[in-house]
Amino acid sequence: MIATTIEEALRILTFQSGFNSAVVVAGTAALGLAGGTVGTFLLLRRRALVSDALSHATLPGIAVAFLVGAALGLPERSLPLLLAGAVASGVVGLLTVQALSRFTRLTEDSAIGAVLSVFFGLGVVLLSVIQNLELGGQAGLKTFILGQTAAMAQGEAIAIGLLAAGAALAVALLFKELRVLAFDPGFAAVQGWPVGALDLVLMGLATFVTVIGLQTVGLILVVALLIIPPAAARFWTDRLPALTVAAAVIGALSGWLGATLSALLPKLPAGAVIVLVAGGFFLLSFLFAPARGLVAAALRQGRLRLSFAERRALTDLLDGRPVEGPLALWLRLRGHTRNGALTPAGQAAARAAARDRRLWERFLADYPALLPAHANWGVDPIDSVLPGDMVRLLEERSASS
Amino acid sequence: MQYLWRTPGSRTAPEEASPIGPPPLEIRGLTVAYHRRPVLWNVDYAAPSGGLIAVVGPNGAGKSTLIKACLGLVPIVSGTVEVFGRPIARQRRLIGYVPQRESVDWDFPVSALDVVAMGRYGKIGWFRPVTRAHKEAALHALERVGMADFAKRQIGQLSGGQQQRVFLARALAQEAQLYFMDEPFAGVDAATERAVLQVLRDLDAAGRTVICVHHDLQTVSDYFDHALLLNTRVVAQGPVGRVMTPDLLSRTYGGRPMPAPAAAEAS
Repeated sequence: MIATTIEEALRILTFQSGFNSAVVVAGTAALGLAGGTVGTFLLLRRRALVSDALSHATLPGIAVAFLVGAALGLPERSLPLLLAGAVASGVVGLLTVQALSRFTRLTEDSAIGAVLSVFFGLGVVLLSVIQNLELGGQAGLKTFILGQTAAMAQGEAIAIGLLAAGAALAVALLFKELRVLAFDPGFAAVQGWPVGALDLVLMGLATFVTVIGLQTVGLILVVALLIIPPAAARFWTDRLPALTVAAAVIGALSGWLGATLSALLPKLPAGAVIVLVAGGFFLLSFLFAPARGLVAAALRQGRLRLSFAERRALTDLLDGRPVEGPLALWLRLRGHTRNGALTPAGQAAARAAARDRRLWERFLADYPALLPAHANWGVDPIDSVLPGDMVRLLEERSASS
Repeated sequence: MQYLWRTPGSRTAPEEASPIGPPPLEIRGLTVAYHRRPVLWNVDYAAPSGGLIAVVGPNGAGKSTLIKACLGLVPIVSGTVEVFGRPIARQRRLIGYVPQRESVDWDFPVSALDVVAMGRYGKIGWFRPVTRAHKEAALHALERVGMADFAKRQIGQLSGGQQQRVFLARALAQEAQLYFMDEPFAGVDAATERAVLQVLRDLDAAGRTVICVHHDLQTVSDYFDHALLLNTRVVAQGPVGRVMTPDLLSRTYGGRPMPAPAAAEAS
């Protein structure tokens, strides 16, 4: 049973489980890629929550579009019409947030909270009304809330892939413009960049990703595709191009793995599975990323403390003060001491540590203005931080004082 | 054409504005309000061509707002602002800007060089990437503020003074004629203060005009040629020797809740 499940998973992951599921998985991966790319700039521009209001605000539009389709006598639910409705009410929601925060004293977060819940509430009411009508095809509407990859037809998956690629391409083209917009919109405006229009483009791209992600991930969770991949990627790098690529990769992997998993577990909502996979990537990044992860930071801090403690203990021994406890054990393991006395190697290390401390203190006293230019002053050996002639000068000064 | 006019050995750079041309900055009847409360009232000012100008006044006097209104960053209730005789929207290439350091998020994932290269974006234009030549121009600007060694450093790892110098380098990379700087000396270390001052003097020597919001009354006369004393309205303007007087300063800083009659008539 388990073996066959794994076999099935491998087949889907490697696109060998029939053309349709391969297309769905690829389409979802493309969606994740676009989400990560666009989301990077949304996050940096601090617009992540606005896009949550946007996605919730799509629901009444979907419901109204369904009613319009039924009134026009369309035989079954028409996806383009529903998505057009989603875009329309999403944009109305977005404009409402902006109007509320600009023309009233409401802060943006309260405007977002109000719009998000009111629009979603309206959508839920309209959906209940629709459920009680004598029409066909209502059942499919619920997939927009929590998402369902299985509902994706081949043509839709291909369209999603193309649109997502277009969104990622737009970000690549506007990379420099979006960078200055997100970092310093005032400076961008002074330089003549149309800040309002660029913001519109960015929100437009977010709308785009939201709407093409509605069917797969569902409107409640689609915002996660915009937020989680860049938030996870932020732990890995301090450079914007690398951040964008990493967010795209994490988004694409989440879509790919998530769609595969949800094909194996058809009873679970696809959106939730995809978001949980992305959440897994976030957790891994938060804990283990070498640049800004929790473990790496703790290790760095621990190493720093150990190195200070070790040098202090060595100089203590050199001055004839005894060292006890775990630190004594550590010095013995490092080969610095034997039977409580310094070994020749320990002697050398202790003298180097004492010299480093003496010279760094001299430097601190005589040249405080130069400190900021030397990032690890006082931490690393002085010869590896300061130029040779400066070290010699400090030697002379510290010898004469 | 300009080279025909230039005599050999002339100390005037070809791009320098002619002495009889329009002033670098001309403000007429500028009033700005936040929600219905005016923060600038009927400001008239014409900046002299070339020179270092300090905008001086107490907290809440509208100094930053004046700069932002000149740059089109806050809406104007009434009045006009012209840069070299034309509306600012048509003169963007001539303007350099150093915002307050606190105005951005320094955890942003960019290096010092990336930030300085933003000063070139106006010249690069839509959709084009930052080329090697522009990166070199940015690096040169970093050199001028003594920050070339930090080009690759993420900006959050720089000290406050170093961040200030990165902002200054970005403005230098704009290669502008008229610079607006919002408190470039605020809260910086001694090395940065010297670097900023040196850049101001270089710009002055090259015939550029620099308008600087400045908070430290002690140094105004040493660092600047002209001063604009501001407290919602213009209290006085002119060469520092003439306007940095105890009388005018106490009118600028003192009489805010209820201005003395003499002060009210001065504008």
